[in-house]
Amino acid sequence: MSEPSLLDTGIVGGAPEAAAAADAAGTADKPRGLWSDAWYDLRRRPLFWISLALVVLVVLIAAFPQLFTSIDPNAADLKRSNEGPSSTAWFGYDLQGRDVYARTIYGARASVVVGVFAVAFATLFGGVVGILAGYFGGWVDSLFSRIGDVFYGLPFVLGAIILLFTFVGSAVNPSKTKIIFLVILAIVVLTWPGYARIIRSTVLSAKHADYVLAARALGARPSRIIFRHLLPNCVAPLIVLATINVGAYIGAEATLSFLGVGLRPPVISWGVMISDMQSYIRVAAHAVLFPAIFLSVTVLSFVMLGDAVRQALDPKLR
Amino acid sequence: MGRYTLRRLLQLVPVLLGTTFLIYWMVWSLPGDPFAGKCGDRPCPDSYINAAREKFNLNDPLLVQYAKFMGGMVQGNFGETLSGRDAIDVIAQAIPITIKLAIVALVLEALIGLGAGVLTGLRRTGFLDNLVLLSTLLLIAIPIFVSGFLAQFLFGVKWGIVNPTVSFEAPWSELLLPGFILATASIAYVARLTRTSIAENSRADYVRTATAKGLTRSRVVGVHLLRNSLIPVVTFLGADLGALMGGAIVTEGIFNIPGVGGTLFRAIRAHESSTVVPLVTFLVLVYLLMTLFVDLFYAVLDPRIRYE
Amino acid sequence: MAEVLTSGRSAGPDAPAGDHLLAVDDLRVEFRTRDGVAKVINGVTYHVDAGETLAVLGESGSGKSVTAQAIMGIIDSPPGFVTGGEIRFHGQDLLKLPADRRREIRGDGIAMVFQDALSALNPVFTVGFQIGEQFRKRRGMSRANAQKKAVELLDMVKIPHAKARVKDYPHQFSGGMRQRVMIAMSLALDPEVLIADEPTTALDVTVQAQIMDLLAELRRERNMGLILITHDLGVVADVADRIAVMYAGRIVEQANVFDLYRNPCHPYTRALLESIPRVDLKGQDLNTIKGLPPNLLRIPSGCPFHPRCPRREDPICSTEVPPLRPLTGTRASACHFAEELMVRA
Repeated sequence: MSEPSLLDTGIVGGAPEAAAAADAAGTADKPRGLWSDAWYDLRRRPLFWISLALVVLVVLIAAFPQLFTSIDPNAADLKRSNEGPSSTAWFGYDLQGRDVYARTIYGARASVVVGVFAVAFATLFGGVVGILAGYFGGWVDSLFSRIGDVFYGLPFVLGAIILLFTFVGSAVNPSKTKIIFLVILAIVVLTWPGYARIIRSTVLSAKHADYVLAARALGARPSRIIFRHLLPNCVAPLIVLATINVGAYIGAEATLSFLGVGLRPPVISWGVMISDMQSYIRVAAHAVLFPAIFLSVTVLSFVMLGDAVRQALDPKLR
Repeated sequence: MGRYTLRRLLQLVPVLLGTTFLIYWMVWSLPGDPFAGKCGDRPCPDSYINAAREKFNLNDPLLVQYAKFMGGMVQGNFGETLSGRDAIDVIAQAIPITIKLAIVALVLEALIGLGAGVLTGLRRTGFLDNLVLLSTLLLIAIPIFVSGFLAQFLFGVKWGIVNPTVSFEAPWSELLLPGFILATASIAYVARLTRTSIAENSRADYVRTATAKGLTRSRVVGVHLLRNSLIPVVTFLGADLGALMGGAIVTEGIFNIPGVGGTLFRAIRAHESSTVVPLVTFLVLVYLLMTLFVDLFYAVLDPRIRYE
Repeated sequence: MAEVLTSGRSAGPDAPAGDHLLAVDDLRVEFRTRDGVAKVINGVTYHVDAGETLAVLGESGSGKSVTAQAIMGIIDSPPGFVTGGEIRFHGQDLLKLPADRRREIRGDGIAMVFQDALSALNPVFTVGFQIGEQFRKRRGMSRANAQKKAVELLDMVKIPHAKARVKDYPHQFSGGMRQRVMIAMSLALDPEVLIADEPTTALDVTVQAQIMDLLAELRRERNMGLILITHDLGVVADVADRIAVMYAGRIVEQANVFDLYRNPCHPYTRALLESIPRVDLKGQDLNTIKGLPPNLLRIPSGCPFHPRCPRREDPICSTEVPPLRPLTGTRASACHFAEELMVRA
């Protein structure tokens, strides 16, 4: 019988000029740029709104835990050890009789702080390196790229184990801030090359663009060229990477805590909670389940958000 | 092709040296007492410290230390564990199991990931596409230890379909569930990568040419489109084998698998750095070598690379 | 009925009038986009017979490539849809054929050569594989024989050391060589009609001339019908027998090459010819056509060229669409004042 036509599957490209001319014209003959196009697409994705709402919620919980619970997360009542969920304690109690709901709420802060700050510092550091390498080229580029390769070549979990393991041993009773700082540092040290590469490649491709040559011919200083002409090009992929990585780092922190090299008491985080109670999963599943759900949903919403933004910015997937 | 191989090899060497040096430096030369935590939870006895200083050349300058460390490693001497066994023996015993696990994960991710990716890449809208997109997001987002626990709890304890932990011989059947858990994030990546690659290549000019030649749809898609689209996917799969072996720590830990990762897991919890360091170093080396092989394989797949 | 399409060479000048080898008749194509419906082809009619070269001339967005793709049946659908007209090959309407019959005609009855050979050829297969594919899959030849035929074809398009180069990949050829490879590939199954979509636009001027000569020679040897799509007036003059000028998805003028160049009968054609820089008019301002090609989502009422036309006369030009009217002989023009323009020469 007649085979299903290739026309149906949208495999074969048609007249790009015609469709492009039509699309580029926009409504009412106003040309559409990348960002307004992306926003138009993003507005209409339900996943974008859902994930945005969740992210905002999580950030609120992290910033203002008092709004969501009045119970002290560290108050331990051994008589209630491992009690299940009830009307007074929605998520039940953990091994030491602490309220799991309160701990879950307060636990958001450490996780979110690690995620956000790690991304911020890694972007900053990786960005600077990437710009320098891309703009100046030559031996500067080679050097930075080699160094980046070394860190890039180190698998994250293994590198984090080495880095944090030594600190686990050497510090006897570290403060909460110090622990969080160390975990953030470990993540930044191991992941900055990812950001550097993106920025470097955008800078490299934009460097030879005519408008950059024109700016140089007009005598613009390198800093001006970098900030006004080169950086804007890399914003789009960076936003996507950063958003997704916040989620990834929150998950990474939890994994490291689970392994025993990440955050640990007295810091409260979802990873710590799961790690503490993992051996008691059969008798107190609630103490592991609820932080796990919160963790997964948080990571998911950041990843979904980043993914929605990426799909909106990428014209090729339409 | 020969020149390309040589170049990749040369590029590998500084990365290899740099990474191992970094590891060495992180373990032994970071500020603080290098022996804190090396003997479990108690402080190390003086005799041990003196003997270790001598053994690990800590009285030599850093670069000499590192050179001796590398020298030893090349000869297969990865050091000794706390119990006195040669680290290399520990590795040799554990590695076949980890390889088995990694292979199971790789096969699963290839089958499921490629299948989902090809199906949705060809037809980029519709129920199946949304389903795949959403489920891949889920797979990427949920941390391995969460899904691992969940799977172990549901399938092993509550429903009793499989053993909650893996026995010592680690037969293939018992490795299916842990292998799947290990592969979850990779399945998601492969599916998305395949989907994107096929979607991008569908609009390529050579696809239009193939159709204009009058070839059947199955040939245009199955030969011309796929051959190009799968290049990045196959490269990813190859690189992933090394990553899987390194990342199996959590999975092997949860399911109690006696592979390299599981041993590492227990050693970390027990603060045994004399075990941790050699194992981590070994895994990193494996990963780096795998990426080298994958780069070379890429040249086989894509003729344009060969002549660079 | 099906056999008639692929066997026998018919519809030469002695065929019954109107039964051309390939005839596009009042074709209409639209692209349905998010911002509206773009009317890309609005009633295009042209034909080509064996042994002649028809040049289709137009700017970007005029619809010349889309027409060719409609003939081949490779328009991306959605968003493109053929909404009217016929495309007759040996008298039979291709648009009404089932998909597999249509596929059989591709490469065998009608073949196409594309603009950018580097992206149009598959980068991961050798040229021998890609050319030989036609023989292996469509003619059932063995691998060895297909390879031999590929070498013959490469020789025919004058690629030196064909036997060695058949094992090379597309990126190992220069631009002009690559285009020859594409031409060789398109002629593998001995098509009766060859459509060349801007075959030389991506090449240097000297190479352009060589490729054009090659196309002309091959067309002569095989008595093919050649449809040459281009925006370059210079390229066309040497090679074409007849020219169809397109604007906003319509043919605005059709004539044989001498008549067109000597005495264009449409303001657009006239303006195009006048805009060619001329050595003997050095020092004067270049002539341009004011304005831009129309937005295909909102084609102007009446004659689509009227906003830019120097000969424009309201109200007729902005309200009535001028049909493509025959003038003398085989000439036709879509202008309300075509006769006046003709006499002026």
